Amino acid sequence: MTESSKEWPLYEIFIRAKSGLDHKHVGSLHATDASMALEHARDLYTRRQEGVSIWAVRSTDIVASDPADADAFFEPARDKVYRHPTFYDIPDEVKTL
Amino acid sequence: MTPHCRYVLRLADTNLVLAQRLGEWVGHAPALEEDLGIANVSLDLLGQARLLLAHAGELEGRGRDEDALAYLREESEYLNLTLVEQPNGDFGDTIARQFLFDAWQLELNGKLAQSKDEKLAAIAVKGIRETAYHLRYSGGWLIRLGDGTDESHRRVEESLARLWPFTNELFDGDEVDQSIAKAGIGPAPETLRAGWLRHVDEVLAEATLARPAPAQFGWYGKQGRHGEHLGYLLAEMQSLHRAHPGATW
Repeated sequence: MTESSKEWPLYEIFIRAKSGLDHKHVGSLHATDASMALEHARDLYTRRQEGVSIWAVRSTDIVASDPADADAFFEPARDKVYRHPTFYDIPDEVKTL
Repeated sequence: MTPHCRYVLRLADTNLVLAQRLGEWVGHAPALEEDLGIANVSLDLLGQARLLLAHAGELEGRGRDEDALAYLREESEYLNLTLVEQPNGDFGDTIARQFLFDAWQLELNGKLAQSKDEKLAAIAVKGIRETAYHLRYSGGWLIRLGDGTDESHRRVEESLARLWPFTNELFDGDEVDQSIAKAGIGPAPETLRAGWLRHVDEVLAEATLARPAPAQFGWYGKQGRHGEHLGYLLAEMQSLHRAHPGATW
């Protein structure tokens, strides 16, 4: 590890609220290692029974898109309305689509 | 006061005093995350203390509730183990104290779960999961500090050596302990030692720390004979209730 900063590494925390649901990002915290990150997440984010499972990921391990690339990344999807499934006729009998 | 009531009061006071000690860290822990972690442990212990105090009050049968027992008794009436009244010191001191205590409490609650006192058994069962987590927390930190830097190793080694003599009392039975063991209410203290030591040795090995040498002297907070620290703790804890009797949020 090359970090010389005294600050503990940052972890992103994801909580699964109940079985069957996805893990959702809830926030971040500092911890010296992975097991401490889990314990801190338990103490910070599940004290009111918010979850049944925790994922912790080192923030530096997350690959993020650059806001400067937003035009190239997201703009081209803007005028492609045909990608939305809004051109189908839905039979009246189908209730739950 | 019957030995039964006195025994429950010892357990209650031990939890209460340690909860108060840990509460002193709130706002002062090395990191915000630790602030919450320690506060959670403190509140768990306070919860156990409240149940035990209420139970002791019923056993006593003189109409004293948990507040009367917590706020209106003098230092010499407090029956907590001397270990838990020791000052917080640095973070390593607090962790060492907590680890020695957690490993003991887990053994104890395991045995109390079979108590003939059904209420005490129920409180112990509820406590086991909490204590298992506390031990994971304190043990994890002991390993990090012991197996950390030269300075953290040296300092936590000193913490352990300083606190170790207070563990004698945990396993030293007196006539109250004998009486409740005979009645099947609680374990004889010495029967907890082997399991405690096994767990302590395991974590110390991982923490690259040596077990301190046995100390010959003992302390007897559980008989109401306290060191110089408890009085200050009680003064702070009881001052509000004594100034405003019956005050609530």
